[in-house]
Parts: sequence; C-alpha cells; structure tokens
Amino acid sequence: MENLGFFGVVFGIVARLWPVWIGLVLVYLLVWAYKPRLGLFGQLFNGWIGTVGVSICLFWVFAAMFADIIAPFGTRTQIAIMKNAVPGSVEADSAMAFLLGGDHLARDVFSRVMYGCRVVLLIAPAATMIAFIVGITLGLPAGYFGGKIDAALSFLANLVLAFPVILLFYLLVTPGIMETWPPYIMGGSLFLVPIIFFSVMFYTRFASAPRKLAIYLTATIAIGLWAWLNLMSSDLFIEKLNSVGLGWFGSMLQWSPFNMFGIETNELNIFVAVVFASSPGVFRIVRGLVLDVKTRDYIAAAQTRGESPWYIMLWETLPNARGPLIVDACLRIGYTTILLGTLGFFGLGMGPESPDWGTMIKDGSQTAQLRLYYWQGVAPAIALMSLVLGLNLLADTLREESLRD
Amino acid sequence: MFSFILRRLGVMALTMLCLSMVVFYFVNLEPNLKKLATFQTETRSSDAEKESWLARNGYRDGFFTQYGRWIGVVQKQPVIDPNTGQIAPRFRYCDESPVPVYSGVLQGDFGCSTAYRTTVNSRMPQALKATGILMFWVMIVMVPIALLIGVLAGMREGSKLDRSLSVASIASTATPEYVSGVIFVVLFASGFKYMADTYSFWPANFYFNGSAATAITQGISFYNFTLPVLTMAVYGIGYIARMTRASMAEVMTAQYIRTARLKGLSFRTVVIRHALRNALIAPFTVIMLQFPWLLTGVVIAESIFNYKGFGYMLVAAASNNDIDLVLSCGLVAVILVLVTQLISDIGYAFLNPRIRVS
Repeated sequence: MENLGFFGVVFGIVARLWPVWIGLVLVYLLVWAYKPRLGLFGQLFNGWIGTVGVSICLFWVFAAMFADIIAPFGTRTQIAIMKNAVPGSVEADSAMAFLLGGDHLARDVFSRVMYGCRVVLLIAPAATMIAFIVGITLGLPAGYFGGKIDAALSFLANLVLAFPVILLFYLLVTPGIMETWPPYIMGGSLFLVPIIFFSVMFYTRFASAPRKLAIYLTATIAIGLWAWLNLMSSDLFIEKLNSVGLGWFGSMLQWSPFNMFGIETNELNIFVAVVFASSPGVFRIVRGLVLDVKTRDYIAAAQTRGESPWYIMLWETLPNARGPLIVDACLRIGYTTILLGTLGFFGLGMGPESPDWGTMIKDGSQTAQLRLYYWQGVAPAIALMSLVLGLNLLADTLREESLRD
Repeated sequence: MFSFILRRLGVMALTMLCLSMVVFYFVNLEPNLKKLATFQTETRSSDAEKESWLARNGYRDGFFTQYGRWIGVVQKQPVIDPNTGQIAPRFRYCDESPVPVYSGVLQGDFGCSTAYRTTVNSRMPQALKATGILMFWVMIVMVPIALLIGVLAGMREGSKLDRSLSVASIASTATPEYVSGVIFVVLFASGFKYMADTYSFWPANFYFNGSAATAITQGISFYNFTLPVLTMAVYGIGYIARMTRASMAEVMTAQYIRTARLKGLSFRTVVIRHALRNALIAPFTVIMLQFPWLLTGVVIAESIFNYKGFGYMLVAAASNNDIDLVLSCGLVAVILVLVTQLISDIGYAFLNPRIRVS
C-alpha cells in the first residue's frame, strides 16, 4: 500500500483543514480591525495565552461547522483493506489518504475525529447552559433567602455532589433504563426549568407594563413549550405514554410541528446525567456569589424601593455576579467535554458506531490496539485534550481580564 | 466542636440513607430485574417462571420491605422451592440462613455477587486493599509535586516562572485519565520498548508495563505501577497546584510578609518560615476533597491498566447487572466521599486558628 510519509501526512492534514484556516484568518482580521470596539472579546487577544486559548476553541468550532468539507470519508464508511491501516496510507479507489490511519473496523480515523467534535460541541455547551439555568434558579433563592430554603437546597446539592459521578452514569445511562420512567421525568423537568426561569425573569421586569409583558411571556412560553415538546418526542417515550393510557399526549408529540427536531432517548439520558452531575456545582457558586452581592448598597436600595425578591435576584444580583459565572461556564464546558468522554470511554449512552471521542478512545485503548495501532487511541485523545485545554486557557484569560478592571 | 461533629455525623447518616435509597431504587428497576431473572432461571424459561422466581426471592415485595431487608432492619425469610419443598437459596453459590434472620448491611452482610459468584464480603476487602495501595502511591506522587508547583508559582505572582507553571497546571487539568493513560502507554510502554529493542544506547530494561495486572499477583514495582500512578496523578496535580498558587499569592501580599521583608529577612526565609505555613491551609481542604475525584479516576485507570481493584470491580458489577455488588460499591464510595468531607472540615478548623466551629 502506498504511503505519504510523515510530511505528507502533516501537509495533507493542513490542506484538508483549509476552511478552518480561512475562518481563523477572517476572525483575526476582524479582531485586528475592530479591536477597540470589541470590549472583553478584543482584550482576550492581548496576551499569547488568551490568543492561543481562543484560537484552539475557534479551531474546533470551525472544524465542527465544516466537518462535511474537511472529512474525506464518512463516519461509517468501511473500506475493508484499510483495517488498522498506518497513518498516511492511500486508499486505492478514491486515491485519498487515511491521514491518521484506519481503525479496527477499517474506518478513517481523521474523518471520525473531525465529526467527533461535532458531537461534543453540540452536547457540551447545551448541557452546560441547562445546568447553569438550573443551578442559577436554585442558587439565587438559596443565597438570597437563606434559612430553611438554603438548608434544604444545599442538602440536596450536597447529596448529588456526594454521589460518585461514575456510579451516577452507570445507573442513569444504561440501555435498560430507557424502558422506565425516571429519565423522561428528569429530562422533562430539567427542560422545563429554562421556561420557568425566563418567564419569571420577564414577569418581574415588566409587571408594570402589561402589553410588553404579554408579548414577552407569550413568546417565551410558546417557543419554550414548542422546543420542549420537540425534545421530548422520542419514540420510546411515546410508546411509554401509550402504555399508560396517555395516548393522546403521545399522538400530540407525533404531530409534525412537534417532531421537527428531537433527540434520541440515549442522548436524552446523556443530557440528563451530565446536567444532573454539574448543576450542583453551579448551584454552590451562584449561592456563594449571591451571599456576597447581597450585602451591597444597591441591593439595599432595591429593597427599600420595595422591589419583589425575585426582581432583586434576577435583575440586580445576577447581572452583578456575571463575571465569575462566565469564567466558570468556560471551565464547565471543558469539564462537560471530559464527562462526555468518560461516558464514551465506558460505552455508556453513545451508540457503538458513534464518532464521539470517548468511544474512539475506548476502542483504541484495548491492549492490542494500543500496542500495535496506537493512532486509533492517540488521535481522539489529543483532540479532546486540546479542546479542553483551549477552554481552560480561555477561562484563565477571562478571569485575569475581569480582575484587571 | 463536639456538637459540630455530632451534627455533621447526623447529616452524614441522613445523606447516606437518602443516597442508598436512590441507588437501591435504580438498581432494582424492572429491566434489571428481568435480566437477573433470565440469567438465574433457565435461559428459555417462560415469563411466568421468571415472574415466580422474582416473587419467590422477594423482588416483588414493597420497596421499603426490600430496602429494609438490605439494610438489615427487616427479617430475611428463607426461600422455599415450591416444587420440592426444600430450602433453595436465592443464588446457588451463596449460602443462606435456613431460619428467618436480620441479615443486612448493618449486620455486615453485603449480599451475594452474581458476577463473581461468591459473597460480596469475600471480594470487597481485597479489592479495596488493592485500590488503597494505588491511591496511596498516587497521593505520594501527586501532593508534593502539586504543592511545589503551586508554591513556586505563587511566590512571585506574574513572573515568568509563574506564567509557565500556570500554563502547565492548566494543561494538566485538561488531561483526564483516559487521555493521559492512552498517551503514557504509547510513549512509555510501547515507545520505550521499541527504543530498547531497536537501539543499543537505550538501557535494555528501561520501559514500563502497559498493564498493572501483575501488580496484584507479583507485588508492585516501578515496572508495573509507574504508569497507572502517573496517569491518575497528572489530572489532580493541576487542580491542587492552582489552589496552592492562589493561596500562596494571597499570603504573599499580606502585611506580615511585607514586615518580614522590611525587617531585612531574605526572600527564601520569608517564603519558607512565614508564608508557607499559612499558604498550605487552603490546599489541605482541596487535597481531602480530591478523594471523591480520584474515585472516578480509579475506575478509569484500573480499566485501562487492568488492575483488579475497587474500580475494576465497580465496572464489572455495573456492566454485569450485579445488583448487590453495585449497591455495596455505591455504599463504599458514598462513605468515602462523606468521611473525607468531614475530615476536611474538621482539619480546616484545627489548622486555621481563626476559624472556631461552634
């Protein structure tokens, strides 16, 4: 079999990644031109640590966006002769190279790594966002009211935090559990929290302007419920509903407007497990921040004006606690990426064909694979590490920049 | 202090009760029971037979009855085979008492493992011991390195040394065990072996074993234990180092440090005699709270390196639907987490004289 050699592989990879380079150059040009007006985002490029962090993150964002163009093969394309092929081996029919070699099922590792970042970048930020909204919704009252509410909510958070993550995953993300109620109940309620959060937010803000309030509330609830119904419309859930005589709800979920996008039950499980594992951490941070911000004068001023507690929490406290929260969000997306990798590594939730990095590392880290065909495990491992590193560097720079002012 | 510990112990017991109930509920979900019944009866047995097996062995009793039995506050009844009238234990590889007894976790009976075909009690101690040894060496490697990095970085905030050590610790927090494990095996096991086999300048036996399986049978050595310990240490080092750095940097700006410097003491003396003691209080808590983190790491590292400890057992239990073993592992894990939390709180109060717990 023909081989490109080391430099051939490097040039091949650089060449295949052309959309990413164009994207990065465009971003750099824009930042260079408009830096004074970009605020915090522009300041990120002041030092080399920040530049490297943003570049790595953007690299993977562009790679996820253009994965179809970058990847020479599909995620499931098997070419029998390329089984465990060495990096740089050229596939005879298409004259394309397996730049990072072939895996144990004769698929192109490079293509799978590129598609894999799509899986991660779809789930990790979304799960982090939901975890943040859940953590904020519970952390605000715990910090603000204190007393019994705080004690109860903190106990619950500590309960989840004392639960070993790995056991939680094994209990929540097994195939058998999809036939039972808990994932749907937990998923359903977690997805409801954002709707409640934004409704309360607009309600407290526009309570005195009924027309504006009506518009905002209707929009929030309509869009929220539509998305909620879409997310819940998995086949197994509908089957489950039919079995307990809630067939009308099931057929409503099957109705086409509520079936436009959706996630499979195993993805719902992953989502629930990840959100569940990381929201107590957010809760603790928010609670601590609220305890600090609560003592400020502007909160006392709002209380004297007679504002409602939820207005003070959502519109006075939260915006003033945003700095540490943004930093934590960056770190937490990285941590979620690691959690997703852990799930894949133990073969939980993701399908066996799934191109996510964790599953690839699992397949590549079998003793024989690791000894003879090291690229199968090393390529996704480095990809995952670089993404998390980029996010951590970004978070570190954000923290430094926010401390500066 | 005494009432504080007592109250914490109360909360701990409540937490344990709640968590064990949750785990108990999840491992006894219908699909798991179905699998168990299929496995325990003949493979081709009908649904009715499976159902009768489940009912006979008490899996169809109320949730709290079953949970009470597991804890040991409800009596376990001997199982009678309806066909023969003889006593038939639930699993044939574990003996059961012929008379009703209180036999649960409180009495020290953790049940019967279907994956290992023996009692949980006979497997748990050796698995815990193996993992304890691994954890011990990880701590021995991780804590001094992390503290050193943190102190060096924090003593002159913003210096070149601080910058590079900070980036290194950020990189280490971005390297979970399954990443570092894979990379270390490729570099230090396969790569070094290749070097030793190919080149004469390389020391003949200078490579490591990519599997720690021999560590249990033949005892631990540099050859089989370096890689698992390193793999687990790397992920933790960065976190502890960053906490130490923050704490050190804060101490270095304190008034008494400036006073000591103005008195004419050398930078060295100030750091070692004055700053270090106060800077190491905060990392103590962090190090104690690392134990729960290490637990996930243990599971990953033991799977990669084939080291048959607690983590390996947890994976075997969970993937083989071994109900009693998962429950026991969960209990052990939760106890570990809660005890380390308690120690970190008490230790913090002892170390820091400004905090007096009432």
